Amino acid sequence: MSKNNIERISGRAPDELRNVSIKAGVIKNADGSALIEFGKNKIMAAVFGPKEVHPKHMMVSDRAIIKCRYHMMPFSTDTRKRPNISRREIEISKVIREALQPAIIMEDYPRTAIEIYIEILQSDGGSRCAAINAASTALADAGINMRDLVAACAAGKVNGQVVLDVDDTEDKTGEADMPIALLPNTGLITLFQLDGNLSKEEFDKALELGKTGCDKLYKLQRDALSEKYFNDKNGNKEE
Amino acid sequence: MPAVKKRRIVDSITKESIISNLANSTRLDERGLLDYRNLEIETKILKDKTNGSARVKLGESEVWAGIKVETANPFPDTPAEGVMTCNAERLPISSQYIEPGPPDEDTIELSRVSDRGIRESGMIDVKELCIKEGERVYSVYVDVAVINDDGNLFDAVAYAATTALLMSDMNKFTIEDDEIKMLDEKQPLPIKSVPVSTTFAKIGDKIIMDPNADEEEMATARVTLVTDENGKYVSAQKGKPGGFTFDELREISVISKEKGDEIRIKIREAVKNGA
Repeated sequence: MSKNNIERISGRAPDELRNVSIKAGVIKNADGSALIEFGKNKIMAAVFGPKEVHPKHMMVSDRAIIKCRYHMMPFSTDTRKRPNISRREIEISKVIREALQPAIIMEDYPRTAIEIYIEILQSDGGSRCAAINAASTALADAGINMRDLVAACAAGKVNGQVVLDVDDTEDKTGEADMPIALLPNTGLITLFQLDGNLSKEEFDKALELGKTGCDKLYKLQRDALSEKYFNDKNGNKEE
Repeated sequence: MPAVKKRRIVDSITKESIISNLANSTRLDERGLLDYRNLEIETKILKDKTNGSARVKLGESEVWAGIKVETANPFPDTPAEGVMTCNAERLPISSQYIEPGPPDEDTIELSRVSDRGIRESGMIDVKELCIKEGERVYSVYVDVAVINDDGNLFDAVAYAATTALLMSDMNKFTIEDDEIKMLDEKQPLPIKSVPVSTTFAKIGDKIIMDPNADEEEMATARVTLVTDENGKYVSAQKGKPGGFTFDELREISVISKEKGDEIRIKIREAVKNGA
């Protein structure tokens, strides 16, 4: 990706991610949790369950149900976000749930609910992807049986150039944003959205670039989990 | 935070027939895998109260779209741009599975995805919707009612909204002594492009287009892609708790463009016949 590279506002290379750090097991009361810092994003995800289903009529006899809430704190944005749940949050909760669900072996937990709570404490561009990485790490931390982790990353187009991981400032002037979530071992894309303007070549290139981003995130998630379970520097013992 | 909704019930004999037909690359209604159902587009169906309107029947799915163009204050961060909002409602008359009340997450998704298709394609030139910078702009409201739900509402709603916008007009204005005066005389909306939505569903390892309600319920994954007449991809949304492979998405992106061009001709024809 060396020819005709245009300098990005952030000074990153076209295929360079923002700084990402993931930490598993950050909330004691939760069955599983993770904190992700993805550029300026600060996002906590917590998983509760498998637990009893409320309301009861939502129970499914042969599998678990997944509940997911993506929620932004009023102080997480440039201008205060009204605390009411927005249509955007409802849509994102839905697409995140649908992105994570294929990874969870729901048949292992009949008649139960698995609850995923995602709290955006500080937002930057690409919060839904960051949230998926945190939630998937939290699910694994909760010991939920999974087929795979779910890694997510966006690609996009800024100043005519296809780039990885569009941040907030780039998104404002950017021409396209394409968030992707991937089950890296099965090659299944479970979140796919696009808005903007891409030619066929740019579309294919963004897909390819998004995949490389997901692969990097997958490694970071694994690192966060092994940090907690195999090489815990803080001395917290897993029960 | 709903996780299980009232789901459409597909009886097992239908399920089995859909699957056995797909194995031979046919469908219960004798369509090919990538065939759309019969698409009927009618315009000027609500001409007394709206600026533009359209009815779309995609097989048994039926939606009505109406446009209201009013004036409003511009948003502070875009003082020289008009406003466009697109909203879709699934009426309780459209299916036994839909109840009155605030929109559920499926309806919100439908609404937001159809809004995104029109917005991101730049179909309406919002700069041309400015009356007086910082003071008054046109505000275009696209409202779509789902009358009968037999699947693939994402496309039906998009076609109805697009056609109604193409048919829509708005009042002219003059500015005299700094005073804005709206006139009775009409002008067409400033249209820049015609986005077309196409929707794919995956059942087993087969990919089909324009799923009906039964097929949609059985599908593990769904994806909607919107293209404009320059062959650019302007919007996409994957739905349902399954996924696509990279190869499948690449193939879908090629087909989406071809089908989109065919459907764009039908939309243009309907607009021409209605003019």
